[in-house]
Amino acid sequence: MSVAGKSKSKLKTTTFTQQEYQNLAKSNEPPRPVARNCLRAFIAGGIICLLGEALMKLFQTYFGFSEKTAGNPTVAVLIFISVVLTCFGVYDKIAQWAGGGTAVPVTGFANSLCSAALEHRSEGLVLGVGGNMFKLAGSVIVYGVTAAFVVGIIHWILGLGG
Amino acid sequence: MLQGHQSWAFRNRPVIVAAATVVGPEEAQGPLANDFDITHGDTLMEQKSWEQAEKKLLEEAAKIATENAGITKEQVQFYVGGDLMNQIVSSSFAARSLAIPYLGVFGACSTSMESLALASLIVDSGSARYAMAGTCSHNSSAEKQFRYPTEYGSQKPPTAQYTVTGAGVAVVAPEGDGPVVTRATIGRVIDMGIKDPFNMGAAMAPAAVDTIQAHFRDFGLEPKHYDLIVTGDLAQVGYDIACDLFEKHKFPIHETKYDDCGLMIYDRKKQTFAGAGGSGCACSATVAYGHLLKKMRKGELNRILVVATGALLSPLTFQQGESIPGIAHAVAIENKGSAS
Repeated sequence: MSVAGKSKSKLKTTTFTQQEYQNLAKSNEPPRPVARNCLRAFIAGGIICLLGEALMKLFQTYFGFSEKTAGNPTVAVLIFISVVLTCFGVYDKIAQWAGGGTAVPVTGFANSLCSAALEHRSEGLVLGVGGNMFKLAGSVIVYGVTAAFVVGIIHWILGLGG
Repeated sequence: MLQGHQSWAFRNRPVIVAAATVVGPEEAQGPLANDFDITHGDTLMEQKSWEQAEKKLLEEAAKIATENAGITKEQVQFYVGGDLMNQIVSSSFAARSLAIPYLGVFGACSTSMESLALASLIVDSGSARYAMAGTCSHNSSAEKQFRYPTEYGSQKPPTAQYTVTGAGVAVVAPEGDGPVVTRATIGRVIDMGIKDPFNMGAAMAPAAVDTIQAHFRDFGLEPKHYDLIVTGDLAQVGYDIACDLFEKHKFPIHETKYDDCGLMIYDRKKQTFAGAGGSGCACSATVAYGHLLKKMRKGELNRILVVATGALLSPLTFQQGESIPGIAHAVAIENKGSAS
């Protein structure tokens, strides 16, 4: 192994004292309430999805949407609710309780856009709102599109495509 | 003058002739509310941005501190200050309106005692008639710079701390009425490889312990010399670790009362948002200059050692996978009759 390689691997490993300390720090760390967080995420996420289902049925029954097209207005309404709650400063408080329950559904995506836009309003509309709005949501879009592309290719290779 | 390896003994006993603290709404709901000079009802304080609000906190604290000292700002020779914002803009912009010759310093949350130690050194050496030390932090501006947008719904782990919205300023003079600054120990940067930015207490605790032990080694003192030793913002996780480290190093911390400003500023049972406790430059500044100095004036405390702790990270370094270096600076404040 070269000298440079050696020093590099040395940098990555921690000393004995550091390891000892990290064990001590770990033992003092209050554990994350994983079971409670999962339960809360299940309840909160479930409520949002239930609301989504109710909206779907509403649009199908009273507004003449088909099962396929009712998705769009439903998502729009959920996004609207999420944005309003973000603007009133409530969404982050609900999210501290609900965790993944409010982060995973479309409401979480809307919150990430809206909160970044609000936060950077002080830097102007172009460099502030425009430049920072996708600061958090950007990676969702980048990897969402990339993943969809890869899945699409696999789908096509397997001859399942139309 | 230099004492031991990394400490200063202030022979001329610079006096903290006045101090002032300004805080935001959450701190005003906390157990120390009555000790602050101004408590704001909202976090924006009629300003256009969080950053401007943070600057306003510092300007207000500086104004009250000079008024309490019975002087005008023109009589202050030097202002030593810093904050958490990039390029310490809150302090520099406050210094712009104060128009006091200014030394900007950065020690993250340890800035409160770093600036007080330097202001005391300036006065002790006869280089100023009045020197001012000040710092500030704002919960929302810190969240915006170091974490996520304030309204973003992310769930914080129980180790996370809550940045204090507030500012604390002290005016130091060669003579006058008030407690005196007797000693200071400047800390080393200690990095034990903690990488979790939601666990600052664990990252900073070794630095606090190192500086405290250096202080007692340099001065040949024992912990019982002080009525109280307080760390800046280790909060629950860091405080517990520091206690463990003292025990491991066989350091007799039990001889005195040891507390942490991050555990004092909020009532964590009612104010659950605070997580493990308070943090930020204003945490140690408002607790020391507001709560502890008032207790000293009442005679409930006579000798205290304030050890402000700082995590020297930036959002960039933690995204690049670097660990979090910690630092701590200790300043001893004593009532004139008790100063030794």
